[in-house]
Amino acid sequence: MAILIDETTRVIVQGITGRIGQFHTKEMLDYGTRVVGGVTPGKSGETRMGLPVFDTVKDAVSVTGAQASIVFVPPPFAADSIMEAADAGIRYCVCITDGIPGQDMMRVKRYMRRYKTAERMVLTGPNCAGTISPGKSMLGIMPGHIYLPGRVGIIGRSGTLGYEAAAQLTALGIGVSTSVGIGGDPVNGSSFRDHLARFEDDPDTDIVIMIGEIGGPQEAEATTFVRQQMTKPVVGYIAGLSAPKGRKMGHAGAIVSATGESAQEKVEILSAAGITIAPNPSSIGQTVADVLNRRGLLATA
Amino acid sequence: MDIHEYQAKELLARFGVPVPRGGLAYSPEQAAYRCTELGGTAWVVKAQIHSGGRGEAGGVSVCHSDREVQEAANHLFGQRLVTRQSAPRGKPVYRVYVEETVAIARELYFGTVLDRTTEKIIIITAAEGGMEIEELAASAPEAVQRSVVEPAVGFLDFQAREIAFGLGLPAELIAPAARLFRAAYRAFRDLDATMLEINPLALTKDGELVALDAKMSFDDNAMFRHQEISELRDRSQEDPRESHAADRGLAYVGLDGDIGCMINGAGLAMATMDMIKHAGGEPANFLDIGGGASPDRVLKAFRAVLHDDQVKVMLVNIFAGINRCDWVAEGIVAAYGELDVRIPVIVRLAGTNVEEGRRILRESGLPIITADTLADAAEKSVGALGMSLSA
Repeated sequence: MAILIDETTRVIVQGITGRIGQFHTKEMLDYGTRVVGGVTPGKSGETRMGLPVFDTVKDAVSVTGAQASIVFVPPPFAADSIMEAADAGIRYCVCITDGIPGQDMMRVKRYMRRYKTAERMVLTGPNCAGTISPGKSMLGIMPGHIYLPGRVGIIGRSGTLGYEAAAQLTALGIGVSTSVGIGGDPVNGSSFRDHLARFEDDPDTDIVIMIGEIGGPQEAEATTFVRQQMTKPVVGYIAGLSAPKGRKMGHAGAIVSATGESAQEKVEILSAAGITIAPNPSSIGQTVADVLNRRGLLATA
Repeated sequence: MDIHEYQAKELLARFGVPVPRGGLAYSPEQAAYRCTELGGTAWVVKAQIHSGGRGEAGGVSVCHSDREVQEAANHLFGQRLVTRQSAPRGKPVYRVYVEETVAIARELYFGTVLDRTTEKIIIITAAEGGMEIEELAASAPEAVQRSVVEPAVGFLDFQAREIAFGLGLPAELIAPAARLFRAAYRAFRDLDATMLEINPLALTKDGELVALDAKMSFDDNAMFRHQEISELRDRSQEDPRESHAADRGLAYVGLDGDIGCMINGAGLAMATMDMIKHAGGEPANFLDIGGGASPDRVLKAFRAVLHDDQVKVMLVNIFAGINRCDWVAEGIVAAYGELDVRIPVIVRLAGTNVEEGRRILRESGLPIITADTLADAAEKSVGALGMSLSA
């Protein structure tokens, strides 16, 4: 098992006819992801890489039985595409698009509340690298070959820093159950807390890495769950110890604008909740190995 | 994106927020002329810079004649104003705003932000204005009111009235105050602002509410639908290194160190900066070249990093997912051809097409120092710094 996606998950690509959408559709197919079609309004009847293109997400779902979608739609139209997926009965949506206005995402979050929790689509991103369950399915833009299948869960705001962590694990022979990118925007679909809960319930995950960064309340909010309900060990790293206050560091959400949002403060908050902090970004893999070793879990990882 | 006070006031006035009458000046002579235009016997001369804390930094003065206005403006023009919020270099003054004075009975605070905890727009008000809201929230938290706007229905009349009553305004001012609050909220929402602050919001001795100071920032991601806001950009208020990079579509933040950085991905860029610090060095900049970077884009990024003469060593750290290591390597080789690269360059490549990328660097014959891991790259950069300084 893994969380969110596995080899049975049927996937559609929203924005499949664009240059980026086509490129990554091919990459996902090569990885073994069960991509079953795509959506671009006005292009139904066409095919891409042998896959049918539909005008609407509803059509795609009714014909292909798709359960998950990945969004490569440009920023002005991306929020609308996410809401279309939610309304068409998609269960899990990854939005890769970077540059969606904050108020558009606020509207998306409000819109999704019209569905009961049990029926509500899970959204990760926007502005993320996607989700991968190594050896099973890849719903994203990451280099799939750097991940080994295994029992470590990863949740991160940054894409490339997530790759860095996975490569460090791979170098130590440690594999990943699922890696989830939640994205670098100020308002995102789901949080560290949401996915910590999924990993806690996943029998195939032994430990979780939380890769945070400066800005926003999400890392701190996750600590309540870690303290009260998490039985599995959590390793944390927060990027941006050297970032100046009040400056936006690339990600729209990576800006220290309130107390508790700097890397130093977040490290303290996470440590206080019993999370093992990787002292620098080069030691994330080793920190995980040490924790697994102490618990006698390394052999099974 | 930040804008000036006078621009924020013009925008707010368009939505119906009362502001004092004023005029903009690009020279001391124009400033003097503005006060004759405005009439009256006293004026406020305010330096227009993208920073708060102007008052205590000497950027605001009250004048009683056109000669005084001209002198005050003369003193401000061309100066770099260093405030508590600005960088140590300060912000240059090229525009001055001359405004009529207002007899103040009370100062209030009104602010609006897109709150990341509730993921909604919230209105923050306080019965004491003039000071920073963070300070007020710390010293007198009971004086600060927060009102959450439900996105489906917007900021409601009763919420605006509750705020007005909470501020202790007299009965006859409740309706005008509620109108002002809703107008300010509409400006925030319609223009995709991320921050709006009216501080102070003055209650005048004539019993009127007026926005004495105003500050607005906008969502860069929403600028595609607000051309009129994009046009308010003032490059003189930006770090020239950042303007250069921003014009080339690169996410760059200038810092004070000497190790120039070129990285893909914001998180990895921050982590690399942290790693440089851990190894005993100081990063000169944050730079994310983004996804799908072509050799040409890499060349532009190279140029942006070298644009800063503080840079003594350059560190390139690429973990390619959408990117391709071979393209990055081609870009680096091209940079050596086009630019006068005299400093040590450390390159760490990983991910998509890494073997091809390493081969291109190796076969180029260029004096590039390669590194295998993030730690290795940071240590070699700090090591190269020692060599570069002693050379």
